Amino acid sequence: MRPPWKLRQPDGALRGYGVTGADQPAGAAAAARDEVLIDVRGVGYAIDGHDVFDGLDLSVRRGRITGIMGPSGTGKTTLLRLITAQIAPDRGQVRVWGRDLATLRSGEVFAMRKRMGMLFQNGALLTDLDVFENVAFPLREHTDLPEPLLRTLVLTKLQAVGLRGAAELAPAELSGGMARRVALARAIVMDPEVLIYDEPFVGLDPISRGMIVRLIRQMNEALGITSIVVSHDVPELAMIAHDSYLLSGGRVVAAGSPQELRDSSLAVVRQFMQGSAEGPVPFHYPAPDYTQALLSVEDP
Amino acid sequence: MSAALPDAPMTRSVRKLGAVAVFLYRMLRQCGPALARPTLIVNQIYNAGARSLVIIMLSGLFVGMVLALQGFDLLQRFGSEEALGTATALALLKELSPVITALLFAGRAGTSLTSEIGLMCATDQLTAMKMMAVDPLRYVAAPRFLGGVIAMPLLTAVFSIIGLFGGQLVGVQLMGVDRGSFWSQMQSSVGLKDVVEGVVKSVVFGFACSLIAVYEGYHAEPTAAGVGLATTRTVVASSVLILLLDYVLTACFI
Repeated sequence: MRPPWKLRQPDGALRGYGVTGADQPAGAAAAARDEVLIDVRGVGYAIDGHDVFDGLDLSVRRGRITGIMGPSGTGKTTLLRLITAQIAPDRGQVRVWGRDLATLRSGEVFAMRKRMGMLFQNGALLTDLDVFENVAFPLREHTDLPEPLLRTLVLTKLQAVGLRGAAELAPAELSGGMARRVALARAIVMDPEVLIYDEPFVGLDPISRGMIVRLIRQMNEALGITSIVVSHDVPELAMIAHDSYLLSGGRVVAAGSPQELRDSSLAVVRQFMQGSAEGPVPFHYPAPDYTQALLSVEDP
Repeated sequence: MSAALPDAPMTRSVRKLGAVAVFLYRMLRQCGPALARPTLIVNQIYNAGARSLVIIMLSGLFVGMVLALQGFDLLQRFGSEEALGTATALALLKELSPVITALLFAGRAGTSLTSEIGLMCATDQLTAMKMMAVDPLRYVAAPRFLGGVIAMPLLTAVFSIIGLFGGQLVGVQLMGVDRGSFWSQMQSSVGLKDVVEGVVKSVVFGFACSLIAVYEGYHAEPTAAGVGLATTRTVVASSVLILLLDYVLTACFI
């Protein structure tokens, strides 16, 4: 009889808390690390007739930190929504754990999401629950853990993000950075195999920013969690990412390690990595001539 | 296929009606699992019901008082002031209590439900639940819907009781109608059918108001303006639907 706090995975395997890729034999772990976990092939997606993606190809390998970079409005968050089956592509295929997301039924999508954790830009904490209950929420919904064990797990995760002392605070009492850290504790409380971070460094003070960087790296190294980090903070991403993709114009314009991207001779890559206003990615939104607009008496 | 359909107001209305029906079906399927979490529903009964008590009691008192004043003025012309208790009770139980309670509920609890769910949507809380493999229809929509459906008949009962008290206050204490006639005529003339009519109406109104409030909140555009518009739509749609349903139900009971 299996313990009540174990989850049955879609493939039938049982997975208890603390059992991770790091516990696998060395050879198996090495082989697993080359496995493609998420595969995006020829994806096209449009919003209101405007192409966000047009033939997007990328893959995420198990146990690695994959950085998705790109200027604002290039569809980085939309890509995360595609990977998590919140939206479906107009064409192409998104495969996660070898399964085409388009073929999954609602129950299978939910089963897949139990193996994922996601950190939202704004934290997305449930406002009617305090910090402790926010972190405990997935455990209460998906397991029958005895209360003392649940409490231990939640406090462990809160300690990991440095907010054990804030367990009784309401989300409204937290700063932006603290809310993000609580959301991270909630994202990892189910010991997910894949962690998705949507702009994890935005709006954080240097201490919190450094701590999030360390946490992402530690969770990857210690627990073998596969991480996808969407960000346009190049220095932070360069510190932790094993693989990086640069998106622009609806497709991947460069891929490789952060160092390879830094050494790239492509103009669009150099412009992004150096943060230059001059280059193929326009800083200004298309507009009529500036002088004429200033001299004109009509509305711009 | 749907894009080929002309975007006429009629088409939009039919499409929205279909969307509401699908939403209701999906939500009703989640009501069973939601009932397994009674705490969530009790919290929503408190939010929608207990927090509306003051406005319901005040309104009930004044409606009962006005009803007695108008009723006395009318009945006095025919020398039938003793029937004031019957007139007040029937008007309240069959018509005014369910309708006014529902209108107040739409304005107080309905808007609160819509804006709360709309803001949860705007701040990615519903998406976060989906990402945690928790269906927001089960955790957010169904308990609020059930809470509203249960709270409405209770609020209607409170409205009726306070309304009768207000009617008695004006009719007996102020206008001098005989206390015995007021209560005994009411007792002999008001039957179970009249009470059932009021209860059925309140349940139907509770169902309609809660469905509209939850649907509009769930589908609100995730912006400040979007949530505001959804809240307005809740009040307008609920108010019109309450009056329409009231006519239909009254016709069914007569």
